[in-house]
Amino acid sequence: MPLDPSFIGRTYPPTAPYEVGREKIREFAVAVGDANPAYTDPEAAKAFGHPDVIAPPTFPFVITYAAAAQVVTDPELGLDYSRVVHGDQKFVYTRPVRAGDRLTVTVTIDSIKSLAGNDVLSVRGEVNDESGEHVVTSVMTLVARAADEAGE
Amino acid sequence: MAISFDEVEVGTELPAQSFPVTRATLVQYAGASGDFNPIHWNEKFALEVGLPDVIAHGMFTMAEAIRVVTDWVGDPAAVVEYGVRFTKPVPVPNDGVGAVIEVSGKVAALLDDRRVRVDLLATSGGQKVLGMSRAVVQLG
Repeated sequence: MPLDPSFIGRTYPPTAPYEVGREKIREFAVAVGDANPAYTDPEAAKAFGHPDVIAPPTFPFVITYAAAAQVVTDPELGLDYSRVVHGDQKFVYTRPVRAGDRLTVTVTIDSIKSLAGNDVLSVRGEVNDESGEHVVTSVMTLVARAADEAGE
Repeated sequence: MAISFDEVEVGTELPAQSFPVTRATLVQYAGASGDFNPIHWNEKFALEVGLPDVIAHGMFTMAEAIRVVTDWVGDPAAVVEYGVRFTKPVPVPNDGVGAVIEVSGKVAALLDDRRVRVDLLATSGGQKVLGMSRAVVQLG
């Protein structure tokens, strides 16, 4: 059954603040094997003009993915998460995420389409800091495969 | 060693890189990212849902691909936009060797405000694994 198009434009309440720690950034940078000193050495980050270590470009997904659970698990929307794959992902940055940030995410369903029996959702997460300033926007496309189709 | 906008032109190639990925890499990335979907660490589950093997997190591949840009410019904050499409999975066999993600990039367009668009090509096992993989980068 296709998803209810009346969910297009629905915005969920902002998430509780996520506090970005230096060691979490380090853990993420090590996990992706990225030795850029801007992620681990506050002095190196300052040399680039940042007040503290910054996070790698895809780090915001850690926060926006958790926030998107509001959509994925919304019982009214009724998405079958076992059939959902991540179709594409985009980030638009005002500034990098950095240690000490307290970030909230406001999630909006931008579009719902039905393509060849698959439900395709565009889910936007606006990430703001404690003072309400924009940090990064994450847009993810989720594809819920048709129920009768074998996985690939 | 910031890159100057004046140094580049359409077609300028960024240094290509190869990124190995093993089962251990995926477990480590799962922990760091909070994405514990079993298709990235449980072979039995992955096969049951029709995958050829355990596959790498798409977001892991996305994280590796942008390193070609951030290692080129130095300051990762130079990346002002970055988007990809996940076109093919990266199967990661449990053979102690795993898979390799090969990434190359080139300047595809000169934009306003001393910015450029970099198009990235990411392959694994000869298959293109990301589509429309593009970054907008602020140069000096």
